[in-house]
Amino acid sequence: MHRHLLSINDLTREEAIGILDTAHELSVISDGTLRKLPTLRGRTVVNLFFEDSTRTRISFESAAKRLSADVINFSAKGSSVSKGESLKDTAQTLQAMGADAVIIRHGASGAAQRLADSGWIQASVINAGDGTHEHPTQALLDAYTIRNSFPEYRDSFEGLKVAIVGDILHSRVARSNVLLLKKLGAQVTLLAPPTLLPVGVDSWGVETSYNFDEVIPNVDVVMMLRVQSERMLDAFFPSEREYSRSFGLDIRRLNALRPRSIVMHPGPMNRGLEISAQSADSHHSVILAQVSNGVLIRMAVLYQLLGGQTLTDTNSPEASEKVVAK
Amino acid sequence: MSGRIMILKNARLVDGSVIDLRLNNGLIAEISTSLPDGADSIDLAKNLLIPGLVDLHTHLREPGREDSETVASASAAAVTGGYTAVSAMANTFPVADTAGVVEQVFRLGQEAGLCDVFPIGAVTQGLNGASLAELGAMANSLAHVRMFSDDGKCVFDPLLMRRALEYVKSFNGIIAQHAQDPRLTVGAQMNEGVISGHLGLTGWPAVAEEAIIARDILLADHVGSRLHICHLTTAGGVELVRAAKARGINVTAEVTPHHLLLTDDLVVGYDPVFKVNPPLRTSKDVEALRIGLADGTIDVVATDHAPHPAEDKDCEWQAAAFGMLGLETALSVVVTAMIDTKLMDWATLVERMSIAPARIAGYGSHGGRIAVGSAANLAVIDTSAVWQVDRNRLASKSRNTPFHGMNVSSVVKRTIFKGVEVFRNGEVLNRGDL
Repeated sequence: MHRHLLSINDLTREEAIGILDTAHELSVISDGTLRKLPTLRGRTVVNLFFEDSTRTRISFESAAKRLSADVINFSAKGSSVSKGESLKDTAQTLQAMGADAVIIRHGASGAAQRLADSGWIQASVINAGDGTHEHPTQALLDAYTIRNSFPEYRDSFEGLKVAIVGDILHSRVARSNVLLLKKLGAQVTLLAPPTLLPVGVDSWGVETSYNFDEVIPNVDVVMMLRVQSERMLDAFFPSEREYSRSFGLDIRRLNALRPRSIVMHPGPMNRGLEISAQSADSHHSVILAQVSNGVLIRMAVLYQLLGGQTLTDTNSPEASEKVVAK
Repeated sequence: MSGRIMILKNARLVDGSVIDLRLNNGLIAEISTSLPDGADSIDLAKNLLIPGLVDLHTHLREPGREDSETVASASAAAVTGGYTAVSAMANTFPVADTAGVVEQVFRLGQEAGLCDVFPIGAVTQGLNGASLAELGAMANSLAHVRMFSDDGKCVFDPLLMRRALEYVKSFNGIIAQHAQDPRLTVGAQMNEGVISGHLGLTGWPAVAEEAIIARDILLADHVGSRLHICHLTTAGGVELVRAAKARGINVTAEVTPHHLLLTDDLVVGYDPVFKVNPPLRTSKDVEALRIGLADGTIDVVATDHAPHPAEDKDCEWQAAAFGMLGLETALSVVVTAMIDTKLMDWATLVERMSIAPARIAGYGSHGGRIAVGSAANLAVIDTSAVWQVDRNRLASKSRNTPFHGMNVSSVVKRTIFKGVEVFRNGEVLNRGDL
């Protein structure tokens, strides 16, 4: 396994599947009596969050704590960062405090890679979202969630059809998902107004479409992206209502879904903009499963980066038994 | 300095001839196939002798950012690169928008004494893009400014650009435009293309450069004035300039060494040493720029030497400053991109890096033929040598060269300014050493 997880590109197909399998094994353990594994006892994991994201932070925090790591939360607000301290100085401070892993969320694309490559720090770096670049653990948890809904695609997404809908241009979730879904063999369609598709998207190996109604009856997975309403101030779309009419998942589109198709959203949702309340709460929705799977995936990533190769290495006899029993 | 005599023996010229020269009083006093040896004679061993290079686009950072570069340190970098004249861009603190500031920069250049430092004046007050700076006062100052630029910012207001182009006609001035539509490049971080899409960095589209070039070519034609396009980077921009020249419009253009060699795929590691404005483009653009430089569509190579202190590059991409060092590597990078590839010969290189820039800016004592009576502003080049760029061995105060570790062709052996050696075999020779 690698020292860092900065991009889905860091992972081979086998390694990505290995993380999904590890998460599955962890879920088996978690369902039993054992709530906490001793794997990372004595290790220090830092949540370095330059952007507010309570849900991602607590997901990582909870993952690290379930592996018995010591967790330090370092958020930019109210810290030296808000007084103008540089990423380098912050990193070196964490290094001096003995961090074994740094989970970084930053508004600048490439910040996680910069932290990993610069020599400022020895710790493992996990990208928890960098600007409009990538959010690899989100893609992993999404793939895990898809696999749970479609057990027939367990080892390959070959034949699985996924639509990613919304602000692709500014979405790190979309970038990581495209990379991972393609790696696993899925057929991906990006749906967005042309203003919100990146230049060069035709080289991504995905389909693109501007017509949600045409696409929706033919997909297994609809992944909705959060749309920031301030985008319309920059003329990416004329109004919230027009966006919602063209690219929102309303009840009419929900009813066009195949019975087994699933609706995903990385959260937080803008109910009534990109997704209607009925869609978010319908039986198609796996949005809450995504949240709980997030903890498992982040445990699996921390485990593989800091702990060891496979879960069966663990010194917990219960864990081994459970895995074997499965 | 005056009255000093130097004999240069076995100098090879770009036409292949080998000659001896006697320099006296800052001028080339005599050229012969064989001058007698003397105490002051230097055997150039058939290394290439060219007129000193002339840079039309240099950020010397003084006044205001002396932590990254000073007029003196930039002068040292210049002569290390074979330059005998540089043009100080106006975006200093304070901005070079008055006679006082341009005279200060000019005087600092004279005090450093290694090469000529010709200030470029700002087009607008404080680079505000709204009101004309006192162009006439700068033209009539001791600094004798003829070239004006808001470089770093585009003169975006078309009416103001028109007025500036018209106004400088009275003293044969020229407006050097940083062609960047600001509305099309809000928050732009790198070339807009496949790579920016993958990296999630806001794109700087080629059209933002080309739209301004097209507009300004039409304006220059309309008012019959001289327009210079700074740092051309796009294939489309080359086409526009080529078409304008074919129509007889008085436009000149420059390209930087880095845009002749580097492409936007270098951004993939997010190392801000590759962050520059305008950004590194695609290999297709590089190809068009090389062809444009070879065929004369692009008149000059200009460095856009832009020093930055370590902390402005030792950070995340988005927070980093735009800009790269250029003076010390320019010649070798151009040789590597243009001569090693057989796109251009040495005579054309001398035209693009010395003669044409001096002609455009009106620097009479530079870019002359190697002939009796010309100013003895010269550089000696070992055209057979290759060297590896080392950012820790630069005369500049800053370290932000994108060429670190790269092997490039040709080594500047000596630089002679006003008949006096100011650089020899890796060493800048201070006035005190003379």
